[in-house]
Amino acid sequence: MTSVTTTNGDAGANGRELEPHEAYVPGAHWRNAHDEAEAAKLGMWLFLGTEILLFSGFFCAYAVFRMWYPENWHDASRYYLSWKIGFANTCVLLLSSYTVVLAIRAAQQNKKNWILIHLLITNLCALFFLVVKIGWEYIPKIQKGELPGGLFTYYNPQGEFDHIFLSIYWISTATHGFHVLVGIFVISWAMWLAAKGHYGPKHYTSLENVGLYWHIVDIIWIFLFPLLYLV
Amino acid sequence: MSHHDVSYLEPKGSFWQTVWSWVYTIDHKKIGVMYLTAVLLAFLLGGLFALAVRAELFTPYQTIVTETGETITKGEALRFIADRWVENGSTLTVNNVYNRFFTAHGAIMVFLFIIPAVPAALGNFFLPIMLGAKDVAFPRLNLMSWYIYVFGSLLAVYSLVNGGVETGWTFYTPYSTTTNWGSTTAMLLSAFILGFSSIFTGMNFIATVHKLRVPGMGWFDMPLFVWAIYATAIIQVLATPVLGITLLMLVFERTFQIGIFDPALGGDPVLYQHFFWFYSHPAVYIMILPGFGIASELLAVHCHKKIFGYRAIAFSSIAIAAISFIVWAHHMFTAQSVALNAIFSALTFLVAIPTAIKVFNWIATMYKASISINTPMMYAMYFLFCFTIGGLTGPPLATLASDIHLHDTYFVVAHFHYVMMGGTVLAFIGGLHHWWPKMFGKMYWEPGAQLAGILVFVGFNVTFFTQFFLGTRGMPRRYATYIEELTTLHQISTIGSWILALGLFLHLFVFIHSLAAGKPAPKNPWGGLTFEWETESPPVEHNFPHEPVIVHGPYDYESVVPPHCDPAEYPVARPPAGGANGTNGTNGTNGTHHA
Repeated sequence: MTSVTTTNGDAGANGRELEPHEAYVPGAHWRNAHDEAEAAKLGMWLFLGTEILLFSGFFCAYAVFRMWYPENWHDASRYYLSWKIGFANTCVLLLSSYTVVLAIRAAQQNKKNWILIHLLITNLCALFFLVVKIGWEYIPKIQKGELPGGLFTYYNPQGEFDHIFLSIYWISTATHGFHVLVGIFVISWAMWLAAKGHYGPKHYTSLENVGLYWHIVDIIWIFLFPLLYLV
Repeated sequence: MSHHDVSYLEPKGSFWQTVWSWVYTIDHKKIGVMYLTAVLLAFLLGGLFALAVRAELFTPYQTIVTETGETITKGEALRFIADRWVENGSTLTVNNVYNRFFTAHGAIMVFLFIIPAVPAALGNFFLPIMLGAKDVAFPRLNLMSWYIYVFGSLLAVYSLVNGGVETGWTFYTPYSTTTNWGSTTAMLLSAFILGFSSIFTGMNFIATVHKLRVPGMGWFDMPLFVWAIYATAIIQVLATPVLGITLLMLVFERTFQIGIFDPALGGDPVLYQHFFWFYSHPAVYIMILPGFGIASELLAVHCHKKIFGYRAIAFSSIAIAAISFIVWAHHMFTAQSVALNAIFSALTFLVAIPTAIKVFNWIATMYKASISINTPMMYAMYFLFCFTIGGLTGPPLATLASDIHLHDTYFVVAHFHYVMMGGTVLAFIGGLHHWWPKMFGKMYWEPGAQLAGILVFVGFNVTFFTQFFLGTRGMPRRYATYIEELTTLHQISTIGSWILALGLFLHLFVFIHSLAAGKPAPKNPWGGLTFEWETESPPVEHNFPHEPVIVHGPYDYESVVPPHCDPAEYPVARPPAGGANGTNGTNGTNGTHHA
């Protein structure tokens, strides 16, 4: 919650209006802005922990079925998934993780335009990821019937349990894709706040938290990519 | 600054402005009160289903053909509902209705009542106050988790109205994936959504404990209720996401047939049980740890004595939280290898150690104390009695040989009701009486509350102690029928449930009477030493007129006269140094601040 009607919110030394980030005061229940920022980051780290635990369910299911059907798993991965598409998506996500860090760096250096530019690049990368995922993977797979479990209708299965591999593929990548979509929204929200001047050297907590969230989305993909595409 | 002196319950302008001030509030006290109302409603709803289940079991289901060829059907208490619930053109059997009723009872009591009851209602209200804070760390997130809870609860109610669920609250596959009866998917999504509410509350409390303690309050100056809620919050954050993904996979299984729990497609139903219990066993401690916290407060305050073994109680909460994550497979002793069983059996016995540490410390606290006999203290003793029975019936279930016999019988039902109801719910009711004057600024009718408490205690034990005998005689859980030999025991249990219900309704009456006609509560009716007793009853808008200063530990009864109390009534009886229980980490009255 930000407020510009503050006790120290009057004009600065040279008589100009203060930017919102300069006039920032912490919430009424906080003793100082430092504690508030620290708590926000702690909360975000806890949330990231829950995200990892959420995906750990998929990783456990993956481990169980890969142990049960190792050869089928290998064949299905080679046959249904193209490592080139996965690699391209890995590259854009790594790039976007870099640019989101640069956006935070720009906030620390009080370069508003660079915050916006870096966040825009991040969002374009996220969009590229989703377009590739849906356009080059999901839609062809739906058309060919390479679908999970009981919906599997593909004419040329590679083994008895292709549909289980595809189940794990679909539920884990779709849940990850949903997180990318949420990422696009929160990065857009950060861009909106940046445009209004809410981020500066002394106050950029929510930008940092958006960055942390985006990193976890990338890291989960860094694990999904080799497990699914490079078996 | 005038709002610093106004009670948080004070109406804001017109009626609709007041309503709006509640609906849109970010005040942890109002959110706590809203949670309290909601969980009590859920308790009522779940309790009605429990009464229906007990009513059905009053007689065995049996059909007798008389000499004249007339069919007399007994024990079909739910028949009138079965005849009215028509689905797919056919009438449901009594068994179907019975399944839906015990599932409704279990799911409502677990997800809507007992998990949020203590943390989200009492914890929300008192955790910040006990730390000397103005609010929780993230007040808007707190409001959001309240509305997520409301939405999830409405979805659960929708699922019940729209046909109900037959799987039991554990949603075991393959029954939960193959049956098209009822609205299982809605119930699964409801539990998934309620999980988010729980996670956000847990995150909020962890950040609050870490970052909003009043300056000078070290970790070992915190009240034990805060320690318990903190340990609970850790489990909420670490375990609930796993339940979330499990239920989501079950939803995918039902909607997209992903097959990972379906043996026909190469999946494994037992995998579901591992996933489910990896959350739900720690969740058992989400349910009981806050009860431990309340018990510590009740015993210390109403015995007017320093709690025995403060650090041992605090660390045993954390130990229980840690052990809770490595015992889940004891729910599957009949479905896995002998080696795994032996390991999980041994790990399960570990839980008994920190739990027993707590019980012995509580009893030691009562030793040679000047005990006030009132409703909260009586509930603390009911809690100790019932929880100890619940705890001691755990080892027979952790023992492999006896578990094979007792697995899925009424012995298990009685055991977890002694822990959940005899532990958490009794502590919750005791805590509610303890903090009621502070929350609403009104005293309650003490004789009425004590009578209700006796009814609850007697009714509870009659209902559930009987079920230990039923279980050892082989009565399986989740059956609408039984052999005639067990009729007497079942009838005693059902009569107990009526006594229990009578007691609970009397409690409800006492609370309503208190709100309508209770005497104004003093600031510190019990002589407590924690921060909530320093502020007004009910607390002012930002909890304290001035930020409180920590000058003594939470239980330094031997050296401090409680705030707002008559010093003549609280002679500092014991010398501060070299007392009988020199186990406390808090320093004395010198007001030294340690970070």
